[in-house]
Amino acid sequence: MTEETIVKSTEGKLAAKDYATDQDVRWCPGCGDYSILKQVQSVFAELQLDRDETVFISGIGCSSRFPYYMNTYGMHSIHGRAPAFASGLRSINPDLNVWVITGDGDSMSIGGNHFIHMLRRNFNMNVLLFNNQIYGLTKGQYSPTSEQGKVTKSSPIGSLDHPFNPLALALGADSTFIARSMDRDPKHMRALLLRAEQHHGTSLVEIYQNCNIFNDGAFFTFTEKETKGDTVLYIEQGKPLVFGANNDKGIKLDGFKPVIVDLKDNSANDLWIHDETDRVKASILTRFFDDPAKEGALPRPFGVFYVEQRDNYEDALIAQLNKSIEIKGSGNLDALLRGNNTWEIK
Amino acid sequence: MTAVKEIKEVVTILFAGDSGDGIQLTGGQFTDTAALMGNDISTFPNFPAEIRAPIGTVAGVSGFQINFGSVEIFTPGDQCDVLVVMNAAALKVNLKNLKKGGVIIANISGFDKRNLRLAKMDEEYTIQDDKKLEGYKIHEVDVSKVTRETLKDSGMGTKSVERSKNMFVLGFLYWMYDRSLESTITFIESKFKGKQDLIDTNIQVLKAGYNYGETCEAFPTQVEVKPADIEKGVYRNIIGNEAAAIGLIAAAKKSGLELFYGTYPITPASDILHTLSKHKNFGVKTYQAEDEIAAICSAMGASYGGALGITASSGPGIALKGEAIGLAVSLELPLVIINVQRGGPSTGLPTKTEQSDLLQVMYGRNGEAPVPIIAAQSPTDCFDAAYEACRIAIEHVTPVFFLSDGYIANGSEPWKVLKGEDLPSITATFAPERKEEDAPFLPYSRNEKLARPWAIPGTKGLAHRIGGIEKENLTGNISYDPDNHELMTKLRQAKVDKIADFIPEQQLDNGNEGDKLLVLSWGSTYGVVKTAVKELREEGKSLAHAHVRYMNPLPKNLGALLSKFDKVLMPEMNNGQFVKIIRDKFLVPAIPYNKVQGLPFFTHELKDKITEVLNAK
Repeated sequence: MTEETIVKSTEGKLAAKDYATDQDVRWCPGCGDYSILKQVQSVFAELQLDRDETVFISGIGCSSRFPYYMNTYGMHSIHGRAPAFASGLRSINPDLNVWVITGDGDSMSIGGNHFIHMLRRNFNMNVLLFNNQIYGLTKGQYSPTSEQGKVTKSSPIGSLDHPFNPLALALGADSTFIARSMDRDPKHMRALLLRAEQHHGTSLVEIYQNCNIFNDGAFFTFTEKETKGDTVLYIEQGKPLVFGANNDKGIKLDGFKPVIVDLKDNSANDLWIHDETDRVKASILTRFFDDPAKEGALPRPFGVFYVEQRDNYEDALIAQLNKSIEIKGSGNLDALLRGNNTWEIK
Repeated sequence: MTAVKEIKEVVTILFAGDSGDGIQLTGGQFTDTAALMGNDISTFPNFPAEIRAPIGTVAGVSGFQINFGSVEIFTPGDQCDVLVVMNAAALKVNLKNLKKGGVIIANISGFDKRNLRLAKMDEEYTIQDDKKLEGYKIHEVDVSKVTRETLKDSGMGTKSVERSKNMFVLGFLYWMYDRSLESTITFIESKFKGKQDLIDTNIQVLKAGYNYGETCEAFPTQVEVKPADIEKGVYRNIIGNEAAAIGLIAAAKKSGLELFYGTYPITPASDILHTLSKHKNFGVKTYQAEDEIAAICSAMGASYGGALGITASSGPGIALKGEAIGLAVSLELPLVIINVQRGGPSTGLPTKTEQSDLLQVMYGRNGEAPVPIIAAQSPTDCFDAAYEACRIAIEHVTPVFFLSDGYIANGSEPWKVLKGEDLPSITATFAPERKEEDAPFLPYSRNEKLARPWAIPGTKGLAHRIGGIEKENLTGNISYDPDNHELMTKLRQAKVDKIADFIPEQQLDNGNEGDKLLVLSWGSTYGVVKTAVKELREEGKSLAHAHVRYMNPLPKNLGALLSKFDKVLMPEMNNGQFVKIIRDKFLVPAIPYNKVQGLPFFTHELKDKITEVLNAK
């Protein structure tokens, strides 16, 4: 399906624009958030998702304005806490399609705790992590994903903090779906969003997103034609890890150590074949986090790193209640009020 | 010999010993038996803050006080008539809690050199030589020894024998107060079901204690406490936190809503979670969140989804929840926030009681963020107050605070068994589905209660966005308009104020308008103020008592009522908080009377203060 056919409203079917609200979108012109919003609306149209059965929940930050622009249910909550609201909501109504929208400050800093606990509990929902490596809404301080030495308003001679690697953190928290995309590759993003929506569990999609005001070009090395060939590794299930401007390089595993090889001297058959279900390999893959400017840097992977089928919290919660009813019978209020030990005053 | 029987109206017993001595269990059994025998009762446990504080030390002393009588009982009692001490540390800590000339029952095996050393007492100490104990009636029993003797043929190991020694003490007290062993025997049989040897030995020790009382001649008198004149009916005993939990379940049942309880463990609120988590067959969803903030946010997520969302904590946790409570005010969703208060600030006194979070729950948020507050007055009232908090949250679509404290949360009293049908109804109303051609949905329109529609996700045609940014009146869209912000601020306040139209007027609990003094109380001081006022009125003093449960908004007639009295005295277990609100709202020169010791007021100290105020010009 091409972009064109999606935007066009066909009879009885919702078009991407039907998922937009009448509110003015207030991100800065040129912000990478526009691209993400567009792809989400496009995926919604493609899957004909029910607006009244969908809830977007966000925290605080530029990205967290997202729910105001989706013609679904939405809650713009407080800083870092969107996962907690979403968890409560999923616990009560597992029929809803819940999306958490968060940024690098929101999820990695103030909401770091909720982020990891959400992942281990594995509620069935989608989490879009807009990573722009900067605090945008507060006008340009370094974020927990900013590279060390980052010069910003709050770090005029360079930041001291070692940055988070969000996907390695997610894997450490036993996330069951880990993926990365970028704002400037809408096609790739859309494919990943579709995958995320299909996964039964917490689907985490990190999206590299350009903040053209406070951190312009943070990801250009991965997004621009001139450089991306050598810095970007698109990973696909069952395919060898091949990259390079002319698809002339690959990744091989030497024990647990990934090494870059030249395809002139190596057959693609000897390369690392991507397996989304392999946790050990996924942990190596999430560690492909080199500074791309470094000599011999490993390319940055984009795609689905890891998928695992595991029970989700809300299903287990409901099963436990049902079990309890099965054993004890449905709760009787009069019996509860009476308790087990009574006496009578005559 | 046949003992002489002495009749008493009220008796207070304090059991004290190591946490491991089974003090709470002994006290609980004595309580159940007293209840079954028709006495009115009130109890209060006193735990050490540490879970297993070192055995024998002062820090490890656990206590359980029971006040029971043939008259109405409203408090666990001031100083006790009988102090039961299982070791030296327990005596050291609790002698001050015993009435002059009271009875001490001491387990002397707990006064050996080791125990004395652990209690940091002179190793040569003996009870007989202690000058401080002159005038007390002391009865020493080597409980360990007699228990060992009793079980010498049982084949039980030393540890099991040691563990059953509390049953000896209990049996002995049952003899002293002419109680039946039946209830405790039934309890033992059920507790150790399937372990016949334990059933036999515990019952044997219990009976040995009873027989010891009968045969040893140290206590020639048995004390009889006749049944109290209590309203006829079926009763149970209940602890405050348990009552609160049942109140929440009842409110969920009656409103037809699912109950979602998002919380993070904290003393003294955790027992509500423990109770709720036992009742999953009521559809209760308990969620132990990663922290206090996630706890309240998850509850709000559940409320947003159409459940009765509840969160609970104590002061430090409520501080963490502050920002989310502000959002709840802004989102205008039903939510019950429970604060079981303890001593503060910071970690403060986790296992002790205080009323010092009133101003926190009243004002402790950024911006203008009014929240209704209901305070429970006794262990059984925790049920009613929790239920009422839910009713207001659901029917007025608002967050509501339910205030309890460690004293009533852990205290217990008899509770006349209710039926579900006796409870007031609670009506939950969700916004109905909307068709394409209908008028646009206005999420911030209001009904006669000034409540906005509770529009839950999944409802056809109502998709809308809410959030913490100021909302435009009616549409709920983001608005930075100055006049709109002022309007919304006033509307949120008016909505809370409006609740005053839906709550009962303030009544006098005792006395009459025109009495010389009004004692105005709130929260867990109810029982002690009631007792003090009652006793002083019986002495002919001119004073009245009013007790406030609805702390925000206050009952509409409260100001007028206060104006009927020359003087208003306000006892509080804090540095003077409600008195600030009363002075602020009504310009009444109310007199504060404060105790901030982590302990409830004693009746006698309150009576002294009231008398002083009455006598002052």
